[in-house]
Amino acid sequence: MNAFAPSKGDAGPPALRPASGHGRRSSPFSWRWIDRLALAWAWTAGLLLCLIAGAIVVYMGIRGIQYLRPALLAERPAVGASQSETGGFLDPLEGTGILTLIGILLATPLGVCSALWITEYGRPSWLARIVETSIEVVAGTPDIVIALPPLFTATRDGLQAVPKHMREAAYAIGKTRIATIRRVLLPSVRSNIATGVTLGVSRTIGDTAIVVLLLGLTLRSEPQGSVPGIGLLRGTGSTLTTYVFQNSPAGEGAAPQKAYAAAFVLLVFVLALNLVVGRIGRRQADELGLGAAGAIV
Amino acid sequence: MLQRFRHPWTDDRAERTLGAASLIVGVVVVAMVAFVAVHAWPTFAHDGLSWLGPGGNLKDQTEAMQATGAHAPASAYHLNAWPIVYGTLLSTALAVLLALPLAVFSSIFIVELAPRRLRAIAIPVIRLLASVPSVVYGLIGVLVLVPFVGNHIVSDSEKAKYASEVQLNGYSLIVTVAILAVMITPIMVALICEALASVPKTWREGAIALGLNPLRAILAVVVRAARPAIVAAAVLATARALGEAVMVYMVSGVNFWSPRPGDGVTFFFEPLRTLASTIVAFAEGASAPALRSALYAFALLLLFSSLALSVAGYLIKLPLRKYQVRA
Repeated sequence: MNAFAPSKGDAGPPALRPASGHGRRSSPFSWRWIDRLALAWAWTAGLLLCLIAGAIVVYMGIRGIQYLRPALLAERPAVGASQSETGGFLDPLEGTGILTLIGILLATPLGVCSALWITEYGRPSWLARIVETSIEVVAGTPDIVIALPPLFTATRDGLQAVPKHMREAAYAIGKTRIATIRRVLLPSVRSNIATGVTLGVSRTIGDTAIVVLLLGLTLRSEPQGSVPGIGLLRGTGSTLTTYVFQNSPAGEGAAPQKAYAAAFVLLVFVLALNLVVGRIGRRQADELGLGAAGAIV
Repeated sequence: MLQRFRHPWTDDRAERTLGAASLIVGVVVVAMVAFVAVHAWPTFAHDGLSWLGPGGNLKDQTEAMQATGAHAPASAYHLNAWPIVYGTLLSTALAVLLALPLAVFSSIFIVELAPRRLRAIAIPVIRLLASVPSVVYGLIGVLVLVPFVGNHIVSDSEKAKYASEVQLNGYSLIVTVAILAVMITPIMVALICEALASVPKTWREGAIALGLNPLRAILAVVVRAARPAIVAAAVLATARALGEAVMVYMVSGVNFWSPRPGDGVTFFFEPLRTLASTIVAFAEGASAPALRSALYAFALLLLFSSLALSVAGYLIKLPLRKYQVRA
């Protein structure tokens, strides 16, 4: 079995023998038990993760179909004694939409610009290091997640993956750095930026804690002041996540069915965004001829 | 204006503009940390770092803090936060310990063992697991797992035995740790997969040629080469688990109990509180200055742990570059 095992008297020199079996592929059944155990555990672990994800989606799907009524999407939350009187989650839907839109509009230029600056210019380097670390800290503190860190990271990684010779070719024909960025680099990291935006949207949609802390725990949006747009922004409000939180036993807890329905809507959004990320990632992998293993998150 | 924008930028101007944007990001983050630090200052000023220590009853202390008005006397800042620090460390450590073998071996499965078609399914599925919002995990926890543990796992005699001290109703360490582990595993899997995939294939082939069986070769060569990335993944997952607020708040119980290892198996069924979930718990009642300052102190503690962990993760990954393995 093992080429370095002590050879029996009648056997030839061990090095002349095939490494495993007699030229056959080694079968797991001939391995030591610890290796077989490790192999079994690797399969179990991989399949277990898939199973957990599948169970979550299926369970939420069943609950969602059970409790989600079209009317829920169009009604505003109301105060009521029973689950049939408390209305739907139109306000939280709007809240999620507005918040995500603002978050993305703010984060996209900032994230892309800082990624460009750090990879392409990055002088003075201590300042670049500080900016990079500070973004990583925000990303590492997950419940203070805004859309910025995924955007920044995706763009930066894309830029770092662009081969050096593409930049050098552009400089060689006399393009300035910024011209290179606009004509060469930005077009080639477009799909990275798209991935970053999608991930950012999905983080913003899914975030709860920051909304609970900053937007308050009301269910209806309560504008302050009379100017329509500004008033809504200044007032308290809710998003789908705080709606789920409030209606679960952890919040006021009165309406688990509503919570399930809203969580289902949330999960559908996230799933859709995930599909988009996967699609972008696959196209990019095809273009660049990369393996898909690195493109998980 | 538009004309000016279309005109090719000079390099200088582009550098300044892009630099300014990055500076804004940096300044915002630094300002955020400074803001938290300023608001946390009264707690630190009152008794230095000793508020992290044990003693006293945190429940009474927070109630006393809420009872004081807008002008809190210095005594109102008295705080012994050890129960929640302990809860944070305990749940994080157990979750990382549980998630690490799961993540390492499922990464091996994805990168090395899974047939092509299965891998094509497993990757998006694990990506999905990473992006499920924490409130959905919390909802499943509080509506499915908590009642299950409370009704079927904890026996009535156990409940009766501890009834005078703590209610064992399913809000428990074990549910918190299990869901936390599921939440942090995908992050680790992503980082570890990246590292495993970037180890040159020839190394593994060389090991097999020397007579190791394929799995041994993976463990002895590929996983060994990716070891720094595995440690870094564990560190980053720790940061994530430390900061998880909403899910933990939903499933870990509401009083300031700290699970006692001396209780045997019941230890796992006792409720707990963590730093982050305490912040969420008092999100609305934080008008009392003493309590608010305490919450900011918790936030500052989390921010600094996160900073330390992300720096540590970066440093740990450095040796990988030595092997020209980019991860």
